[in-house]
Amino acid sequence: MAIVTAQGLRKSFRVAAKDPGLAGTLRHLLRRRWQDVEAVRQVSFQIEPGEVVGFLGGNGAGKTTTLKLLSGLIHPTGGVLEVAGCQPWRRQRRFLEAITLVMGQKQQLIWDLPPLDSLRVNAAVYGIDDSEARRRIAELADMLELGEELTRPVRKLSLGQRMKAELMAALLHRPRVLFLDEPTLGLDVNAQARVRRFLADYNQRTGATVLLTSHYMADITALCPRVLLIHQGALFYDGGLDTLRERLAPWRQVRLELAEPVPAERLAPYGEVERLDGAAAWLLIGRDRVPACLNRLLADLPVLDLEVNEPPIEELIGRLFQQGFLEEPPA
Amino acid sequence: MVVWLLAPLRDLRRHLVSLRRFWGTSLASQLEYQFNAFIELLAMVGNLAGSLLVLWLFDRQGVPLGGWSWAGALVVLGAYTVLTGFTSCLLQPNLSRIVTHVQEGTLDFVLLKPIDSQFWLSLRTVSAAGVPEMVLGVVLMVGAALQERGSLNPAAVLLMAAMLMAAALTLYALWFVLATTSIWFVKTWNATEVLRAVLTAGRYPVAAFPPALRTLFTLVLPVAFLTTVPAEALLERATAPWIGGSVAVACGALAISRAFWQLALRFYTSASS
Repeated sequence: MAIVTAQGLRKSFRVAAKDPGLAGTLRHLLRRRWQDVEAVRQVSFQIEPGEVVGFLGGNGAGKTTTLKLLSGLIHPTGGVLEVAGCQPWRRQRRFLEAITLVMGQKQQLIWDLPPLDSLRVNAAVYGIDDSEARRRIAELADMLELGEELTRPVRKLSLGQRMKAELMAALLHRPRVLFLDEPTLGLDVNAQARVRRFLADYNQRTGATVLLTSHYMADITALCPRVLLIHQGALFYDGGLDTLRERLAPWRQVRLELAEPVPAERLAPYGEVERLDGAAAWLLIGRDRVPACLNRLLADLPVLDLEVNEPPIEELIGRLFQQGFLEEPPA
Repeated sequence: MVVWLLAPLRDLRRHLVSLRRFWGTSLASQLEYQFNAFIELLAMVGNLAGSLLVLWLFDRQGVPLGGWSWAGALVVLGAYTVLTGFTSCLLQPNLSRIVTHVQEGTLDFVLLKPIDSQFWLSLRTVSAAGVPEMVLGVVLMVGAALQERGSLNPAAVLLMAAMLMAAALTLYALWFVLATTSIWFVKTWNATEVLRAVLTAGRYPVAAFPPALRTLFTLVLPVAFLTTVPAEALLERATAPWIGGSVAVACGALAISRAFWQLALRFYTSASS
């Protein structure tokens, strides 16, 4: 049974529009012009317990609004929503104890005190007794490789250490559903990798369900076998990341280093010639045809070196966000 | 209705342990900045000196205050001082933060916690800055009442304490309602400043004001219930309708503040990230 269900989920906001300049400011003050903005439009999906799902979309696509709906921070305008057996917007205690929301841009730790103080506050708020809280803190600190940083004021910690402490604060109550909104935002490559390792480990150990948004595709490719794609508030893909990659780029790029320059016509039978540069050539070959084509290329042409490349997922997804829809695969 | 009003009490232990941690971390945060704590101490001494100067000026002027003797008026001023101390201890540090929480989107973290959000927002921090003012207020009330009546009736002291609690709840509820409007209007600091300014009228017995203002301070803004009624209780002049009115206003204001908060949350949009 799904732990997260969204059916025809909608959220619209009334936003005041203002023209620039003094006249616009005066008009804005005296007669405000309102616009309805549909941030989330008829979004439907289900997530099973233990799944790790990536939620992708450009800026303003509706990812964060959807996460806020799922975590009960805002009321939906329409549709059906159920998380951990509860309607999120009712914010019942059993719901709040079952979920967590981590926001890469906001922090809940007390700035002037060590993270341990914030963790003790959270333990009290979640009704976790002292000995159990100490055990959980030790376990999470071990997983996140945090030690004496927990006794230093938060303001003295690096961004990476702070995010790890934020994760501890968000996970102390052992939530079953994790909503993670860009948890690696602004972290360096090593810190990103550590957070990713931790999340994968946490998911394996606890079986928690994770819905993750990130602008770093490395987060998604490392953690999420399944992705949801959203554009202008509407969901337009829900499926495997590998399937998406194949649909977006059903070809491989083959780079050939030849003993001598070869005209494009000689290369055309093997695949689409993308580029020729002296004795180097780049071909696009259908994924299924790659092994056979390579055999023929090696037999027919004076190949010194070759390289088969998968198209970078960042590039593919970037193109998709600009496009805003996914073409149907040929029947 | 009562169950709904007392929702935070349903899980009393969790709320009490949380409150202990809230206030412990709040005081620890303030002590992180030793110099700032020192400045706060100086500001508090300055406030005390200001209050005493006002008293001295009152004493020298000898202007009649709506039939109240000077000693009686000082009891009212004492009640006002207790309430301003309470404001500095709890209302100012907590309720003025609601606007910031809404503006910066950190209200999200409060709403995600399995604890009453109004409880969290109202009691998350505490400041010791108002304690001396509260003590001074009580001393002033008792001293002036002794001067006025020669002795104190324990029942009157208890009634005064109850009326001061009702006054504190009324003041809290009014402030909370104003702070709650930030869910729609985001910036509402000015509204709370206006409330504070109006409440300074509570320094004087409500009878000292012209009839129109007296009506305003009783029926529209409950200034009369905040300071005059507790003073009257201590001076054994409070009548049943005023005592009942005080309790009713406090309960009503508290109920309105809770209902208004629940309503406001339906409109919360959370700051963009």
